[in-house]
Amino acid sequence: MQHILRQIARTGIVTEAYPEADESLRATTERLQREVLAAFDGALVIRHVDAGSCNGCELEIHAANNPYHNLEGLGIRFAASPRHADLLLVTGPVSRHMEEALKRTYDAMPAPKLVVAIGDCGCTGGVFGESYASRGRVSNVIPVDVAVPGCPPTPVAIMQGILTAIARAR
Amino acid sequence: MRLADLPFPFESAPGPAAVGFAEVTADQWQATAGRLRSAGATLVALWAADRRDLHDGFEIRAAYALEDGLACLRLPLPAEAPDYPDLGRHFPAAGRMQRAAFDLTGVAPLDPADGRPWLRHGAWPAGAHPLRRDVVARSVWPAVADDYTFVSVSGDGVHEIPVGPVHAGTIEPGHFRFSVVGERVLRLEARLGYKHKGIEKRFESMSLDEGVALAGRVSGDSTVAFAWAYAMAVEQLSGATIPPRAAALRAMLLERERVANHLGDLGALGNDAGFAFGLAQFSRLKEDWLRLNARFWGHRYLMDRIVPGGLTDDLDDAHLPVLARQVHDLADEVVRLRRIYDDHAGLQDRLRGCGVVSNDLAQRLGLTGLAARASGMAVDLRVGRAVPPYDGLDVRCATRSEGDVAARAAVRFEEVAESLRLIGLLAETLPDGPTRVAVPSARQGACGIGRVEGWRGEVLVFVEAGADERIRRCHPHDPSWQNWPLLEHAILGNIVPDFPLINKSFNLSYSGVDL
Repeated sequence: MQHILRQIARTGIVTEAYPEADESLRATTERLQREVLAAFDGALVIRHVDAGSCNGCELEIHAANNPYHNLEGLGIRFAASPRHADLLLVTGPVSRHMEEALKRTYDAMPAPKLVVAIGDCGCTGGVFGESYASRGRVSNVIPVDVAVPGCPPTPVAIMQGILTAIARAR
Repeated sequence: MRLADLPFPFESAPGPAAVGFAEVTADQWQATAGRLRSAGATLVALWAADRRDLHDGFEIRAAYALEDGLACLRLPLPAEAPDYPDLGRHFPAAGRMQRAAFDLTGVAPLDPADGRPWLRHGAWPAGAHPLRRDVVARSVWPAVADDYTFVSVSGDGVHEIPVGPVHAGTIEPGHFRFSVVGERVLRLEARLGYKHKGIEKRFESMSLDEGVALAGRVSGDSTVAFAWAYAMAVEQLSGATIPPRAAALRAMLLERERVANHLGDLGALGNDAGFAFGLAQFSRLKEDWLRLNARFWGHRYLMDRIVPGGLTDDLDDAHLPVLARQVHDLADEVVRLRRIYDDHAGLQDRLRGCGVVSNDLAQRLGLTGLAARASGMAVDLRVGRAVPPYDGLDVRCATRSEGDVAARAAVRFEEVAESLRLIGLLAETLPDGPTRVAVPSARQGACGIGRVEGWRGEVLVFVEAGADERIRRCHPHDPSWQNWPLLEHAILGNIVPDFPLINKSFNLSYSGVDL
């Protein structure tokens, strides 16, 4: 136990430290917190669906939850059930084998609902494009409010995408 | 067993990766599989191709790892009846690869143990095969009903729990069908293929140069491994030799990818066992690591840095001391965290004895990579006969014998330490010189195979050149093909709530096998 406590003390709170003085992160964080507080009473719930990505975007969504970016600290939480979610985060081109599951997830969310498409594939179909197996961009399958480019987009870009969707919805 | 022990001539590929190509008859195909099995060789990958446009019917290829290199056997098949002797009876890992090859090309094994579709769900009908040359990539079939039959378990109190394709967390989609009594798992059957997005067909619309970007997105967490294996294949088929500095820098990237993934997994393993402290600490370390990637290489996950002929950019030698310092600091942090993990009784109680894969089972079913090393199999492409720069690095292979979640965590801890040592060594001994050479033009029909020890295990990429520097056929192989079936065994007798932990301890790729 003492080793754990010592390690926690040694680490400190890195969320506010911003080791490389990332101004865009600071600005995004502050605005996100304000908007979530105003529009969602302080708690936004996200459901993520990987509709066919290479798994790169998932790594960055995880990173948005690491202690540096600390998405949960802003009142933004990931839920297991679409029925609890305000916002759907979709990664990947939509594979035809995931099309039905994505539509059902979207339909299961209560209205009003927001959709943010993540990554070049979510925006355009990316390197995979459209084919016998891929529907390409997410908006070919469900309505999209905000699309975040990048391969993969950085955690800050993902946070900015979420922020834009919330701000637009107000 | 060595390549020379096989009773047919091999054409050896140029370059540092020891690869031999041979054409065999159906009888040799079958007899060789039996001989290789009893000699302890492993099946690495299997794929098929349509060659009717060349008046050459179809072909099926199998790549085996022998003591002194890789044997790639090609069996030509007649256009009117493209079937071949089943390899599943000798190498259980062949089963799903054969099913996928059939779905895509219509090339079928004779009397397979399991003839169900694998990659085909509802996007194309039975009888259609999208990887055939006469199918246009953009052609779209109307959706058909998907009626997959799971193996059902019956008995007093047995019930099924279907999970997925959409899972509870931020992870890739797939379906798991548990048959349970109470909390205990009697059987698990995974069904994948949800992410199938036509990668192999897409390769065929690309030039040899363009293909590396797609290879780097077969499985995003292994982008360095796939890009390197692809580049190695293209360099082999066109006869290019990369300079020593390029080899050293590629290895540095590969080891950085291994460290990043292991750090992420060690944190997630703690989290799945209820130890959130571990996730916070390791994801902090991973973030620091990724930021240095972005600073020195311009990409957090090092995508698109490796290209046929070398790397897009050189590393500024002024960065080397920073790299060495980061490696040194991280090593200290990981040692400290490992002590905390090892001393934590509650955590160890969850990890030890959980999700066991015995050495015997691992050998029989062909487990590979990191998971195999945790079950006592000393397999690692970086050890022994390795391609440069690994031939001069004396890489230590981390193995454990227990085969449980704790062993897979321990192998990760040891591999992080070893990768950090290697990065330090590579930074210290980085050769001068160019980091990229021009790749000579490829002869139509030339084939190459690249093999790289990615963080999960052996990544293999096969490339055949077409006319005008285009890709005729490219097959990327992720080690998850071998390891997914073992996950189904590892869970047996465990309780359902331990599945996320056991699953994470393998952390297999969905995208890498769905293609």
